[in-house]
Amino acid sequence: MDASRRQEYWRRNLRLMSVLLVVWALVSFGAGIVFVEPLNNVSFMGVPLGFWFAQQGSILTFLVLIAIYVWRMDKLDAEFGITEYEEEVRGS
Amino acid sequence: MSSVQLWTLIFVVLSFGLYIYIAYASRVTTTSGFYVAGGGIPAPANGAAIAADWMSAASFISMAGIIALSTNGYGGSVYLMGWTGGYVLLAMLLAPYLRKFGKFTVPDFVGDRYSETARLIAVVCAIVVSFVYVAGQMSGVGVVFQRFLGVNEVLGVIIGMVIVFLYAVLGGMKGITWTQVAQYSVLIVAYLIPAVAISQHLTGIPIPQVGFGQIMGELNALQAEFGLDPYTGAFANMNMLNMLLMTATLMFGTAGLPHVIVRFYTARSVRAARFSALWALFFISLLYTTAPAIGAFSKFNILNQIPGTAIGSEPGWFKSWQDVGLITVDDLNGNGIIDVAGGMGEGFELAINNDIVVLATPEIAGLPAPIIGLVAAGGLAAALSTASGLLLVISSSVANDVYYKRINPAASEARQLMVGRIAMGAAIVVAGYLGINPPGFVAQVVALAFGLGAASFFPILFLGIFWKKATAMGAAAGMAAGLATTLSYQIWTLPIYGGSDGIFGISATSFGFVGMLINFVVTIVVSQFTPAPSETMQQLVEEVRYPGRSELVAAHANGVIDDGDLELDNR
Repeated sequence: MDASRRQEYWRRNLRLMSVLLVVWALVSFGAGIVFVEPLNNVSFMGVPLGFWFAQQGSILTFLVLIAIYVWRMDKLDAEFGITEYEEEVRGS
Repeated sequence: MSSVQLWTLIFVVLSFGLYIYIAYASRVTTTSGFYVAGGGIPAPANGAAIAADWMSAASFISMAGIIALSTNGYGGSVYLMGWTGGYVLLAMLLAPYLRKFGKFTVPDFVGDRYSETARLIAVVCAIVVSFVYVAGQMSGVGVVFQRFLGVNEVLGVIIGMVIVFLYAVLGGMKGITWTQVAQYSVLIVAYLIPAVAISQHLTGIPIPQVGFGQIMGELNALQAEFGLDPYTGAFANMNMLNMLLMTATLMFGTAGLPHVIVRFYTARSVRAARFSALWALFFISLLYTTAPAIGAFSKFNILNQIPGTAIGSEPGWFKSWQDVGLITVDDLNGNGIIDVAGGMGEGFELAINNDIVVLATPEIAGLPAPIIGLVAAGGLAAALSTASGLLLVISSSVANDVYYKRINPAASEARQLMVGRIAMGAAIVVAGYLGINPPGFVAQVVALAFGLGAASFFPILFLGIFWKKATAMGAAAGMAAGLATTLSYQIWTLPIYGGSDGIFGISATSFGFVGMLINFVVTIVVSQFTPAPSETMQQLVEEVRYPGRSELVAAHANGVIDDGDLELDNR
């Protein structure tokens, strides 16, 4: 891969990460903490919605975020022709 | 011997036998096998191992109780979000790149990317954090043995030490990893069976994550009846600022803890490292979404069964936990009845230890003896798996980062292995001693370890990958500044030392995130005024960002490029 292709790969990786991390912050710090009181006026599955985000929803969202990351990175790797991965491991 | 003790003994002996068999079958003869299992563990297995490594006695035994008893319910969310959210950071910001770097330990990366000074600071941090943690695991082992088998606590810790010694010293990381896969299976089955049963029993829905919504209205009403804050009420124990900071501290601390990061070195490839993070969070979330449900169900049962009970006619499970001192009743108003009105805990009539919520769930729900025995084996699996992962970090830090890198670089492979095994054995003895004689402040220190992890490791690992211009002096200054400010603030605000209110009322356990920001600022500012990393190093960082094979990384890993070349411009 030449330098400009690499830059392009890295830029798309960063863009994907930024989007996912914004969602990460919104569900945990946002829905679970900052906006918990207004959200608690809504009931979801028998519990107040803000409380649900803090104890269930945020964890499930984290899982989905990593799944999307892994899936999109696989696609990105394929697009840039990366088929062989680094497997070397040595300590010295 | 009661039937509960008999079943506990059967499950404990069976599971311990399994761990030792696995360790024997996967014994190792190379340093690469001993430190990182040869980098050859498939992603699902690695994920299960990470989950077992990560979920300690605290997650398995204490967390549901912390949510239900130490806080009103909502307040415990900081642990749920903090200890899972860190995996998003790990998966995207650290794991793939550190795996590509292809080394043995976290100090290895710090030392190669920055300087030998930074490596030494990293070694000290890794060892301190790991010892603090491992002491808590060993005392957890003691508690389980004492309660379920009636064994003396000291003997319990010693049995735990012998088991860990057998499989960790023999099998190194390879043995530990495959044992952890088995330990994860034991602990998750042990956690889910009682949770499903109690959910079915109380709500008719066998999925605890759904079932706990059914009792929430009633639980809130019960809490109100006894003058407790509503279970779902926001900010009852902690204000918004501290909730935010503590959640962030636990998240970034998770991403900065050496025994978690090192697990990604054991993945087969960069792609496998990404998938390991996904599998790990999947396995962890099975327990972490169940824990709040168990907490709510137990609180509901306790509030329904206990208040108003005449002293002397409590249920059987209540008495057996009273016998080991984890439930205490003090009839303050002398009416012969347990009153809960106004609150629970020290200074009230009824005090229930957090650890009981999970360990007593099967008894409270009236489940048969074999399941109670299984929960005991699960608690042991959680404690032992975490202990072994931490011991490996200590052993590899001493043998690889200190002995091999600093003292005797000419040491043969066999000699390094021997030093690693001796270091592991010594660490087990120290951990056992700390487990039997825990220093009074160990509980606080475990929570504080996350602050230290966030303030010391996370920024320099992150910048080391994402910012080519981060310099050696910047990193050393940043680490020192983050660590020093966090440690001093913690000492200043902890009740046992200074007991100050701190700044803006930020608590000791929440300050790690602020320390992390200080680390970031110092590293970035100092990097502006110190010599930039060498061209080769910048090129290497560039290469680490791509998952495919690359010659420079391979050459560096094989030692063809002299480490001195890489650091020359830094000095």
